[in-house]
Order: sequence, then C-alpha cells, then structure tokens
Amino acid sequence: MREIMYRDAIREALAEEMRRDPRVFLMGEDVAEHGGNFLVTKGLYDEFGEDRIFDTPLSESALVGAGVGAAMMGLRPVVEVMFADFVTIAMDAIVNHAAKVNYMSGGEVTAPIVIRLAAYGAGRRSGAHHSQSIESLLTNVPGLTIVAPSTAYDAKGLLKAAIRTQNPVCFLEHKMLYAKKGEVPEGEYIVPLGVADIKREGTNLTLVSYGRMVDVCLAAAKTLEKEGVSTEVIDLRSLQPLDEETILASVRKTGHLVIVHEAPVRGGFGGEVAAVVAEKALGYLDAPIRRVGAPWVPVPFSPTLEDAYVPQEADVVKVGLAVLAG
Amino acid sequence: MEYADKLEPRDLLEMYRLLTLTREFEDRLCGLWGRGGVVELPHGSQGQEAIAIGACYGLRTQDQVMPSLRTRGAFIVKGVPTKLQMAGIFGKVSGPARGKSTTHHMTDPGRGVLLGTGLIGSDIPVAVGAALAFKLQKKDNIVVNFFGDGAAQRGDFHEGLNFAGVFKLPIIFVLENNGYAEYTPLNKHFAGSNFACRAEGYGFPGERLDGNDVLAVYEAVQRAAARARAGEGPTLLECMTYRYRNHCEGQTPEYMRDPAEIARWQAKDPIRCFEAYLVERGLLDETFKEKVTAAAKIEIEAAIQFADESPFPPVEEMCTGAYAPEDPTLVGGRRM
Repeated sequence: MREIMYRDAIREALAEEMRRDPRVFLMGEDVAEHGGNFLVTKGLYDEFGEDRIFDTPLSESALVGAGVGAAMMGLRPVVEVMFADFVTIAMDAIVNHAAKVNYMSGGEVTAPIVIRLAAYGAGRRSGAHHSQSIESLLTNVPGLTIVAPSTAYDAKGLLKAAIRTQNPVCFLEHKMLYAKKGEVPEGEYIVPLGVADIKREGTNLTLVSYGRMVDVCLAAAKTLEKEGVSTEVIDLRSLQPLDEETILASVRKTGHLVIVHEAPVRGGFGGEVAAVVAEKALGYLDAPIRRVGAPWVPVPFSPTLEDAYVPQEADVVKVGLAVLAG
Repeated sequence: MEYADKLEPRDLLEMYRLLTLTREFEDRLCGLWGRGGVVELPHGSQGQEAIAIGACYGLRTQDQVMPSLRTRGAFIVKGVPTKLQMAGIFGKVSGPARGKSTTHHMTDPGRGVLLGTGLIGSDIPVAVGAALAFKLQKKDNIVVNFFGDGAAQRGDFHEGLNFAGVFKLPIIFVLENNGYAEYTPLNKHFAGSNFACRAEGYGFPGERLDGNDVLAVYEAVQRAAARARAGEGPTLLECMTYRYRNHCEGQTPEYMRDPAEIARWQAKDPIRCFEAYLVERGLLDETFKEKVTAAAKIEIEAAIQFADESPFPPVEEMCTGAYAPEDPTLVGGRRM
C-alpha cells in the first residue's frame, strides 16, 4: 500500500470532503495561498479557489466564532487554529457557543464545525506558547467531540468523519507527526469517532495512549517484549466519545494499566481513563494504575529541558515494569 | 427620509402596536418578578424599545437577528409568540429548548433569531459568521446584531467588526448605547467621544442616531440593509437611548441614578413620542390607542396564564440533547 505523510493525509481528507460537499469550506491564518504554517493545506487554494479556502485576520476568536455562526446557518466550516496553544483565544467560541448550540436550542440548531487545533505538542523547541498538549482544557466540556490521531490513516479517516458529523469536533494534530509516513489506501474510508484502535495486541500489560505518545508506547512495547512482557497498546484516537469497552476489555485481560500522554499528568485525561477503569474493572487489576505524562510545569524551550519534559520510551518501560512488579 | 416616508399608515400603526406590546410584556414581567412564577432574571428593555422595533420591522423572515440582552422587541417583531417567551421565562417545558436554556439567548431558526450568549459581546463573531454564510451561499439576506455599549468594549467587538469589514459581510451592528454597562456609567468605561466613529477603522460607515425615534432607527437600518444586500458590507449604528430599569430586577439596594437624568429621558420616551407623532399626523385617536393597549394587556395576560399552567420539564429532559443525533457509522464510543 502507498505511504503518505500525516499532513498529506489531512489534506486529502479536506480535499475529498470539499469535493463531495459544497458546504465544506476552510478558513484560518495563512491557510490559502501560503498553504498553512505546516503546509497542511498546500495546494487546496489552487483547486478550490477563494470562495472555499481563505485567510482570515489574526483573530482566533472571530475566526472560530464566525465558523460557529456559519455552521449554525447550514455550512460545514473547517477552521484552522495555527497552533493549538492559540485555542485559549477562541475558547469562548468553542466552550460557550459551539459546544452548547444543540442543547441550548433544544436540538433545533446544530454547529457542525471542525476546529483543527494544529501543531500541538512539544518537540520543535518552540517554547511555552507553541508546544502545549492542551486537550484537557476541552475534555470537561459536554457537547464537544475531541480526537487526536496518531497515524496518517487515522488522521484521514477521522477527519472525514469529523466533517460529516452534526456536532462540533476539536481535531488535534501533533506537530511532530506531520512528516510521519504511514499506509493510507487510495479509496474512500471513514474512521468512526469514538472508536479506539488496538495498535498492538498483548496479554500482560495495557498501555493506553493517543496522539504522538502512541509511537512512544509502541517502541516501549518492543523493548518490553525483550523482557518477556506482552504489551497491548490502545490508541484511543478519540477522547470524546471515549471507547470505554476497548479499554476495559484489555484491562480485564492484562490486569495491568499504564496511561501515557504528553500533557501534564496532573489533571490530564489519564485521570479520566484511570477513573473509568477503577469504577468498572477494579477487581481485574493486579496492581495500581500508573500514569506517565509531563511534569507540572509549562513546556520548556532549551533542548535538554524539552527532551526531559516529553515522556520517553524509557519512562514508559520503567513504569510498565514497575506496574508488573506489583 | 427615504425609507420611513414610504411606510403606509398601517405600517406605522403596526409599529405602534409592537412598541406597546413590548412595553406591556416588560412591565408585566418586571412586576411579576419576586412574586412567584418568573424564574429567569428579567433584564428590562423599557425605554429602549424603539431600537429593536425600528431595526427589525420590515426584515425578511430569513434575515437573522442576534438579540442583545435588551431586545425583547426583536423577538416580538420576528414573531416569536409571547406565550412561548413567557413559558421560557417561567422555566416551563413549553418554552424554548424545553426549559433547558433561558430565553435571554433563545434561538428560533424558523423565524430568523440566532442563538445568543450570556457572555455579552461574544456573540458578535457568531453573528458575523451567519453573515459569512449568507455571502458564501450567495444569498442576499442580512444579519442584524444588537449589543450594548458595555459589549462594545469586549475584544470580540474589534475582532468581529474587523472580520466583517475585511470580507464586506451583510451585517448591521446595532449598538444600543443606553449609557450604562450594568451599573457603570459610560464616562467610567469609555474615554472616547462616540462609538460610531470606530467604524472608520474597519472600513465601513458608522452613524450615531436617536435610538428613541423608531422611524429614525427604521430609516438607518433600511439604508444599511440595502447596502448589505447589495454586497457593500456592514454598517455600525450607534443608537442613543436610555434604560429605565436597573440592569436587572432583584438588585437591592436600588441603584441610584440622578432623578433629573431619568426625567430627562422619560420626556423622550420612545412610545409616547411616536404616539404624539401619530396623533399629529391624524393616524391615531384615543379609541385606537385604547384598543391597542387593551389587546396588549390581553395577550400578555394570556401568555402569563399559559406559562403558569404549563408543566416544568421532567428531569429526564436534562440529559437529552448535549449532542445532535449522530450517524452510527460516523460515531461510536460512549459519551460521558
């Protein structure tokens, strides 16, 4: 099968959906002729023109808010927030508008907008304002759907589902994955929102992760295999809705759970996963649940600091072995 | 006046009826507050009715209005039944969204009322987005976005108006300058001389006008609407007015304002002024006036009775509708 980059998979999803549905349009900062800061939308302007893809002022609140308004009027906007960190500027449009439209209107109005939270995460020495994994600011807001794909295949299929669903979706793209290649079939396919994927099967230890950390978990699983540990790696793909069944089935099988994400451990989504397992499968656990994530500080800049901040394969291996040791 | 002069006597009398009905709604509502029944905190629009009525009269059904906290008249002109509004205010299942949201920010897509927000001013970008949709859909409908002088100090005012100016969107920003942001007088939250001049910075016209003159508002909005429908872009209308009531009911002690200030504005009451104009033109006599007043009283009384007799939503209602129904091929998993 052909291999394409994560960014190309996102672009393909956008292009296919724009061809399929004239209501789909794209706006953001420098997304049109420039093709986006990370070249995700490169070339779309040439095919679709300025009525379907256009640049906006540096106004995250207005561009996301206007996207919500356009969605309420029957269009299918995809808006790009250039760095996911900037979502704080658009937070009101997401939390108080997009997320609440269906409920506050008694189901009479929907807001089918996709908010691409682009280039999240650390790894490019971009400093505290261009490196955050900010998903936990959104996961406690009813009304939102939140996805964070780890592969090109999932990115394309999830984005197509996100564009088609009636509800607002926050679509998290990790900046260190944009150039990662993966198998993507030529034909049409959808990856449903809210369905986790078992990226590797195993019987002794469950690693639950999403986004960039899935690859870290897969590398850790290989290392653990040499230690005689059979590790299952679950890629949540969607944080909301949460595929509880896949997590619980795995924990019932392995009896050991480690949750891995790049966001700080404290208050991170790993706490929610741990709570679900504690409530519904505590009796199957042979050891306490552990979490691996960033320390309780902003993302640092200098290479030595940033590398120490981001969870590494060795961290996952170490915690995994500790859990297995009981 | 190019547009107002073309209004037929029946239009003028209809505007008078709408003004009277709006005032009656607000007076009865504020009177009921604290005496049982009314759950939603009233934010009375008395004194400001001419803006909503003048701005919305003559709009198409498909034209969208984004109401402010003080545009009861916009709901009324757009045709949202008073009994539906009142039931919502009473928190009843027969109200908007089956009791899940206040009527302050209710939506009525069929009648062209956009879903607003309790975060004053942050609805501006959303209204701009509705106008963006009209432009992208190549429809010549427009959006009328109401907000107050307080909201105009939010960053979203700047982002929204600039965005609308850049894309020449079909939207009219109707700024109800009532001199107060909640309890803070204009001179304590605004160092400029007027808001209308801000429009120049966004590349479209701005105008300050008498917001208590229903025909002046109608004229300005119709002119701006023609501009917007022709693809020439937005307009900012700063309508000068005054709020008789407190920011909201139930505030004690009563906020103290200079009685002379209140008296000065009451002498320019939008309804009494329009009434005098209609009498002078020989279009309104005592009999008709009494008829309109009586009809308003009957309608609002019926709305209150309907609200009173409607049941509260069953508790099961709470956990419905956070999400629109979803296609199972697109969405699995479990909503928490």
